[in-house]
Amino acid sequence: MNPDNPENSIEPQGSSQAESGLPLAEVKKKMKSLTRRSLVWTAIAVVFADKGWKWLASRRQENGIPWPMAIALKTNEEIARDLFNEHALAKEYPKSSEEDVIDNGDIGRPESENSSPWKITVSDDNWDHDMHFTMADILSLPKVEMTTELRCIEGWSRIVSWGGCRLVDFMKAHPPSSRTSGAIDFGNFATLPEYVSITTPDDDYYVGLDVTSAIHPQTLLCYEMNGKPLEPKHGAPLRLVIPTKYGIKNIKWIGALTYTDTRPDDYWADQGYDWYAGL
Amino acid sequence: MDPHSSSDLAQPDLYVVKKKHPLAIRWFHWINFPVIFTMVWSGLLIFWANSSRPGYARVTLFGHPVFPKSFYQPSVPSWWPKWLPHDTETVNNQPKLFLYSLKYRLAEGMYWHFFFFWFFAINGLLYISYLILSGEWRKIVPQKKSLALSIKVVLHDLRILKKEPEKDGIYNHAQRLAYTGIILIGILMIISGVAIYKPTQASWLTALLGGYVMAKWIHFWATMLICAFFVVHVFQVIKTGWANFRSMITGHDIEKVAVTSNSRESEGAA
Repeated sequence: MNPDNPENSIEPQGSSQAESGLPLAEVKKKMKSLTRRSLVWTAIAVVFADKGWKWLASRRQENGIPWPMAIALKTNEEIARDLFNEHALAKEYPKSSEEDVIDNGDIGRPESENSSPWKITVSDDNWDHDMHFTMADILSLPKVEMTTELRCIEGWSRIVSWGGCRLVDFMKAHPPSSRTSGAIDFGNFATLPEYVSITTPDDDYYVGLDVTSAIHPQTLLCYEMNGKPLEPKHGAPLRLVIPTKYGIKNIKWIGALTYTDTRPDDYWADQGYDWYAGL
Repeated sequence: MDPHSSSDLAQPDLYVVKKKHPLAIRWFHWINFPVIFTMVWSGLLIFWANSSRPGYARVTLFGHPVFPKSFYQPSVPSWWPKWLPHDTETVNNQPKLFLYSLKYRLAEGMYWHFFFFWFFAINGLLYISYLILSGEWRKIVPQKKSLALSIKVVLHDLRILKKEPEKDGIYNHAQRLAYTGIILIGILMIISGVAIYKPTQASWLTALLGGYVMAKWIHFWATMLICAFFVVHVFQVIKTGWANFRSMITGHDIEKVAVTSNSRESEGAA
């Protein structure tokens, strides 16, 4: 029982108000003053909500996002990284459930496909010189196959089989410079760069990855799709597959890779999308 | 509720200003309005952003599209009045419907959606906590007879049934079902939202809802239910009249005092 419960409205409950009724005219007067007071509050609330909403929408933009929302997205990212296990694996499906993937986007696609041998440039904030690799270097690393769901930020998703090498294996083979005085250690984040930036040869498309996502075991440098060599429209000869992120991070036609400690630019983040884009 | 209004003809009727809705409930209620509006609007921006393109996410039911293709490509028919809202641009020499302006605003939709869901979640959490702690939940939680009685309420509203079905407390049993149901839908909204937002990191949740595609399906239809609730709710409030609407703003209502003090109803005190 709740003594304050106004549900028992018919019963006076010993309260003086319920027992001593007043003629309708007087009660109406009382109600009117109550209503007037409430309507003032209502007006304040409506103005506040309206102004607040417009204020939010018109804030200075950071990469196409009004700054309050940019803070919200960054907060969501930090909460997600703390709350969830960042090393959680994306669900893998049987190979039989693979689907045709939609070809969605050709930003950064090289104009001529079979010109000179493909070259991948690797750089590091702390290196004096870039390193260059060919597809042979990629193919020499252990091949991994997985069937995962590619989720587009636009809403569709497709289950696709991928074949390639782990980005972390590539990073171990061609490691960044250690960020501490000690040797590089992939189990110790203090020694690793904070981010990996990946771009197409012409720099038209570019993505930034936090290092945790980069060294995730399901993050692949991929050259096979649904059991066949990658098609040019899907990023041949080399693309990134990262099922822990939206499709926008799965950059095609990888031309360069940079180890860096400053948050790299990201093509879609520059257009108002969440930089982290983690799933 | 007025059990024996005609009991004493000699005395004039007496009234009191009676507390109906606590301040907290009123705030939770009204905060929901702009918040849910923003969530549905930004959700539409996300949903509509690319739906009109071939092969894109369509809402399907057992493999069949729920809405016709035109639903995703709303272009205005030639008879569409000029004074009704629509974009000034044209598509294929047809003026565009205002819904069309929802297209290609995915990033905008996402940052509003992923900011405002906090307000929706926190307001909802406070509302539910308040209901539990204050005992207000007793007003809205359905009882065993609620299902049967709520059917009668609907029949009464449709003027098929003449007698108004009994109610326990300030709400009738259809209201009890609806107000408790909408809370559950709100919770489902958050759960399916997280399942879509973090399908890898919260993969157990996504799996619980039957996978990524199913979670999106649930999220969409829960939204439709909220919209349906809104329409019926507003209609009923208009129908019920000013005094009832006023009570959600002021918290008070005018009530007639029961003159015969020895014959009161005992129900509603559960």
